[in-house]
Amino acid sequence: MKVPLSWLREFVDLPETVDEIRETMDDLGLVVEGVERVGEGLNDVVVVRVDEIHAIPGADRIRRVVVDTGAGPLEIVCGAWNFGVGDHVPLAPVGAVLPGGFEIARRAMRGVVSNGMLCSARELRLSDDHEGLMVLDELIAPRAGEPLLEALGMVADVVFDVSIEGNRPDAWSILGVARDLAARFGRTVRAPEVASPSPGVRSDSVAGAAVDAPDLCGRLTVSVLRNVRVAPSPAWVAQRLQRAGMRSISNVVDASNIVMLELGQPTHPYDAMQVAGGVIRVRRARLGESLETLDGVVRALAQPGRGLGDSGDDLVIVDGDDVVLGLAGIMGGATSEISAATTEVLLEAAYFDPMAIARSSKRHGLRTEASARFERGVDPELALHAVGRLVAVLRESVPDLEWLDEPLDVRGEIPTPSTVRLDVHDVSRSLGVSLPLDEVVTHLEALGFLTSPAGDEGLNIVAPSSRPDVRTGVAGRADVIEEIARLHSYRRLPRRTPSWPAPGTLNGRQRLRRLLRGVIVEAGVNEAWTPTLVSVRTFDLTHEGGTRITVTNPLAADESVLRPTMLTGLVAAWGENVDRGFVDVRLGELGTVFTHPEDTASPRVTRGGAGGRATLALPQEGEHLTVVLGHRDDDAISAVALWARIATRLDLDDVVVRSSTDLGPGIHPTRGAVLRDRTSGTCVGIVGEVDPELIVLVAGQSNRRLGVVDLDLDALVGLIAGEQTTRRAALPSRFPSAVLDLAFVTPDEVHAEDLRFTLRSVSPLVEDITLFDAYRGSTVAPNTRSLAFAVRLSSPDHTLGEADVASVRQLLINAARTSGAVLRS
Amino acid sequence: MSHDDESAPSSHVADQIAGHVADALAAVAALTSMQDLDERGGAIVGKRSALAVMQRSLAGLSPDQRRDVGARLQEARRVVEEAVASRRAELLASARTQRLEADRLELGDVVVQRRPWPLTDGHAGLVSTTQAQLEDVFVAMGYEVADGPQVESDWYNFEALNIPPAHPARGMWDTFYVGLGDPETVVLRTHTSPTQVHLMESAVATGTLPIHAVAPGRCFRRDTPDARHLAVFHQIEGLVVDRGITFADLAGTIETFTRAYFGADIDSRLRPSYFPFTEPSAEFEITCTICRGEGCRTCSHTGWIELGGCGMLDPAVFDSVGIDAEEWSGFAFGFGIDRCAQMKVGLSDMRALIENDVRFLDQFA
Repeated sequence: MKVPLSWLREFVDLPETVDEIRETMDDLGLVVEGVERVGEGLNDVVVVRVDEIHAIPGADRIRRVVVDTGAGPLEIVCGAWNFGVGDHVPLAPVGAVLPGGFEIARRAMRGVVSNGMLCSARELRLSDDHEGLMVLDELIAPRAGEPLLEALGMVADVVFDVSIEGNRPDAWSILGVARDLAARFGRTVRAPEVASPSPGVRSDSVAGAAVDAPDLCGRLTVSVLRNVRVAPSPAWVAQRLQRAGMRSISNVVDASNIVMLELGQPTHPYDAMQVAGGVIRVRRARLGESLETLDGVVRALAQPGRGLGDSGDDLVIVDGDDVVLGLAGIMGGATSEISAATTEVLLEAAYFDPMAIARSSKRHGLRTEASARFERGVDPELALHAVGRLVAVLRESVPDLEWLDEPLDVRGEIPTPSTVRLDVHDVSRSLGVSLPLDEVVTHLEALGFLTSPAGDEGLNIVAPSSRPDVRTGVAGRADVIEEIARLHSYRRLPRRTPSWPAPGTLNGRQRLRRLLRGVIVEAGVNEAWTPTLVSVRTFDLTHEGGTRITVTNPLAADESVLRPTMLTGLVAAWGENVDRGFVDVRLGELGTVFTHPEDTASPRVTRGGAGGRATLALPQEGEHLTVVLGHRDDDAISAVALWARIATRLDLDDVVVRSSTDLGPGIHPTRGAVLRDRTSGTCVGIVGEVDPELIVLVAGQSNRRLGVVDLDLDALVGLIAGEQTTRRAALPSRFPSAVLDLAFVTPDEVHAEDLRFTLRSVSPLVEDITLFDAYRGSTVAPNTRSLAFAVRLSSPDHTLGEADVASVRQLLINAARTSGAVLRS
Repeated sequence: MSHDDESAPSSHVADQIAGHVADALAAVAALTSMQDLDERGGAIVGKRSALAVMQRSLAGLSPDQRRDVGARLQEARRVVEEAVASRRAELLASARTQRLEADRLELGDVVVQRRPWPLTDGHAGLVSTTQAQLEDVFVAMGYEVADGPQVESDWYNFEALNIPPAHPARGMWDTFYVGLGDPETVVLRTHTSPTQVHLMESAVATGTLPIHAVAPGRCFRRDTPDARHLAVFHQIEGLVVDRGITFADLAGTIETFTRAYFGADIDSRLRPSYFPFTEPSAEFEITCTICRGEGCRTCSHTGWIELGGCGMLDPAVFDSVGIDAEEWSGFAFGFGIDRCAQMKVGLSDMRALIENDVRFLDQFA
């Protein structure tokens, strides 16, 4: 909201400095987002009369102009052509600094000295007009030598751009801001001049008002204004509107807007001749009705909307013939609009149910100055006061304006003022500081709350009708305390850092995330952030046939599906880096992937619907770590190696790498493996390579391999929680170890890891066993390979002798044989 | 002219066509590789094929016969072309299978020690690092860290937070709706505040009040990305529900956090604001980290920059989760993790965060 300081000062005495006012407004929660100084830099600009215009030899764009400055003639070079001899225009003399900091100097052009600059309205920041000089004779009766500001009747002003919070409709007006400032500074608000109805003809003798939907229209007042003459507004009205960011249209419309800005009450003037029977009636629109609003759009009414619990209620204004005149509280129709010929006005000032206006406005995609105010809550007691103010403003241009006696005033359901019972202890319990009861009373009464003592240290409080945000009961207590704190100043409230016995912690999953992030970063992986919302095509690349979870109102069509995997995003990001010339890039992401509730055995079941009374199945959100290894020599083996590092750091030696051909789309079908816990059978992820087809489709690279590790954190978390409880420390032997190398010709169906586990358990003397070679080739039988293990033996109590070693060796060979593996000769 | 006179050549032609089709299909079936198909495909469906030759001989027939035979030929060619197309798909698939088979690698036999790991360092994401730093500050202050889902029902994202359907306050959050359930009942969470509701509901259900938690996470707003905003972003939410918690505790917490995270010379201040789920509500500002309070362009010469919102939990929120507002009180706060990161490293365009350019990523820890 634009708040001109000059307007504000009419209602309350304020400090001199703009900074102090701004600070105070911020501290009251009326946040000043910008300060504009209007008319600043125009103090030196004067009105001059053009006396002579001469061509400059050799110049076809500029002319030599002689002006009368009131103190004598002056020569100026000027490039504008829209004026003639006798016209009055603004002159910025040498030395003047225009708004924006442009300093006028004496210049010579084509040998002619220019002693200043003749200005356009835009150069003076008075309007956007830059068609030529600002010719003043069109606006006022100017006199050469007069300061421009004086001639225009302007005062330099400051306009605050104030952000009014959604719960403060009372502050969304000049008077509302003045009220807050007055309360803070302990001043009184000067009420604006208000007219009274003219005694004589009663309104009900010529007009009617009716409310058929008292639940949605709490108050309807209809005033009859006679002797109206539609004309331009007085200069001060036009200027005020302009500074507040609105255009001047005509005296009637302007008066309505002035009142809305000043008091916060929207009003709607109708041409009485166009309203059958002079009757204004408010009712629900019927299904099938339509209305062409002032913006030229024909709107179907009473159509149920998409929003939760939206019944489709539209509130309309109809006349005596039941013709729809407008969408109540939002926008009028074209037929009954004020025109130059209007002489009698029916003026509607009403109170509508905020939620009804909000729903209607949202459904029709139509937000107006009026609807924005009604949906937040206009003061239901304000209507006729606002009309009185409107009449007073309009009388400046129409002195014989007549406001018929006893304006029509129909009441529907108006919210009853909230009542709150507050003890001083409540204030200290909430704010952490005791405020004396009399300070509390002072603050509240300054804001229009009524208070009366209740008990020794309590108050009964009634909220003013302008404060729909203040609730009743316990919630209202919080609302009232906010008001007290606001006026007291948040900055003056005490601070205390609370403490409690429970220590702060990260849980297992959070620690796991950090650990994983640490391992991949040490392994040369850059952490990426790829899109959560992907295209249908991207989804189908890896999950064709799956059920897509779509966003119904995406920002872009290719950002409409929740990602089922991070693989595609990472491959794409890798490809972009390759395209930039960075060919050795490893990327990883720890994030959420989504599965449609119909595609998972474990959808997330949660509360939903109106009031949270229904049960909804929502997507399963899986947390994964996905890493794409894209250095030039990376491949599936790199992926296994990365997993080995992770497994070591997670202390997971029971999780084995099991080749699998069924790793899902996107993974190379013959170069992948699942990571399975031998004990529980849980699959914690996969390792392998990205399917070459996917690399081509997503990254456009046809001769690169990409290793991939994809871990399911949900599975890992469970596994780690189990592991940690069983871990026991083993003390290394103090006696020397012996090392045995054994190679076994092993059938393809026997997994190396299984064989290793088998061998490890043959004797307590086996301290450690590692695979150090796998050989496949002509010297071993088909469908077998040779697996070579290094076996380290040790005993806790003696140095191993040859007999010990030989016996363990035999045990190892026997155990291998039971698995089908034969010692390689 | 008798009926037979016309049909006799037709039926002969039909046999001839059928014979060509059978030959062609047999030839298609005999194709064994893509190379094979490329070499011999022309003879089966191309200009040199028997059907094409026959097509060219139509010129000598009567218009009626030409129409009849032409139609039969067209159908015959369609059948053959389809067979070629499907054979092509089979051969492509089998070529892929062969390639993949030739590429087969038994990962269970991989000897990890054989693969020397290049000594290059990676870098954690700027946002996740910032999130971890923030978490650490709050853990040290006695908070647990909570996670929450990204897809939420209207109830958790709005209504339980005292933002009823169609309430104008919803305009504060540009919402992405998810196509599940009734229209506009499932959303991508617009803030981390729904996690507050989950935390309180579960503490009530398990009888584990009080709550001292922060909830970081990804949020979504339907707002065209620019240098200062991304449609997908990260917030961290704080929630304290305990006995005797006051606004002073909130202000002190903000101050302690601000100094711990940004530095001892960074001050904080609160000013009134509006959030439907807190009352009193406040916006918190901190000393401008660019100019350290001197006044600069970033802070519009005020020396302060806005960081986030906070306030005392609204009794209506307590009511919706079943907490007795007479016994318990609490506060909540929330602010942008990305914004903290931006302020710490002077990031001039947030979009760099989602571009994954290694030259950007390499700069950070």
